[in-house]
Amino acid sequence: MTIQEIFFYLFSIIMLAAATMVISVRNPVYAILYLILTFFSAAALWILLEAEFLGIILVLVYVGAVMVLFLFVVMMLNISQSRVSEGFVKNLPLGIGVALVMLAEVLMVLWYKNQTGIDNYPIPVPHEQGYSNTAEIGERLFTAYLWQFEIAGVVLLVAIVAAVALSMREREGVKSQSVPQQISADKRDRLELVDMPVEGVEKN
Amino acid sequence: MVSLTHYLTLGAILLCLGVAGIFLNRKNIIILLMSIELMLLAANMNFIAFSRFLGNPDGQVFVFFILTVAAAEVAIGLAILIVLFRNRSSINVADLDDLKG
Repeated sequence: MTIQEIFFYLFSIIMLAAATMVISVRNPVYAILYLILTFFSAAALWILLEAEFLGIILVLVYVGAVMVLFLFVVMMLNISQSRVSEGFVKNLPLGIGVALVMLAEVLMVLWYKNQTGIDNYPIPVPHEQGYSNTAEIGERLFTAYLWQFEIAGVVLLVAIVAAVALSMREREGVKSQSVPQQISADKRDRLELVDMPVEGVEKN
Repeated sequence: MVSLTHYLTLGAILLCLGVAGIFLNRKNIIILLMSIELMLLAANMNFIAFSRFLGNPDGQVFVFFILTVAAAEVAIGLAILIVLFRNRSSINVADLDDLKG
């Protein structure tokens, strides 16, 4: 057994066990923590596949940002456990049945006569020393896929705007700034000149 | 040696776990979102495995875009979730029957 195989099976088992825990634990906070473990093991597997850039991106963006966002929302919402997880046992046979049927179908395709195995796709040789996965992806991203890259930026911008617009609400009794009101302010609306006798000066 | 079939099998198991999660946790939208993340991860795993075994880095660029879109999806999904919880005090899928679907 080579060192690659040992690490592949180690990370695979950890990842699948963590993924199983994600869908079976009752507490959503624990589910998120197990999902973090799943993504971490997946990042390790991607690095085994010599996709170092995406492995690091998965840890930084997914574990660092998206999962923390999940944790933040779950802890903010304070969901009652008992109500949410009812129906788990009722759906258990159906869920496991459908998943097993799907898995059996895919495995039949994959392992039948070794269709995608070593014969058709030989084990690739490792890249030579000094190879930069980041440089290669970056080169493609900024030449062949530049247009798609720009669209991805726009998608993220739309997501920011949508998330802010969805979660924003008007509250009563909060002093806020109204820019149009400030700009359209006029002297005639606010200033009133009143004629009144001058005090403190004696009349001659 | 670890062949392409091993990685594809891993992706298939992960996808099936995601599907099972959607069936099992019908009440909790947060776990449903997490199951979708698992299925996306399975797809990404297949992309990267094929990219490596075909010697073509375009698959990794595709995974990059999938990660971008998935992050946007999670952000909007959680924002919808917050609005939902604010209006209903519940994230139970069974409570969302306004459309009578």
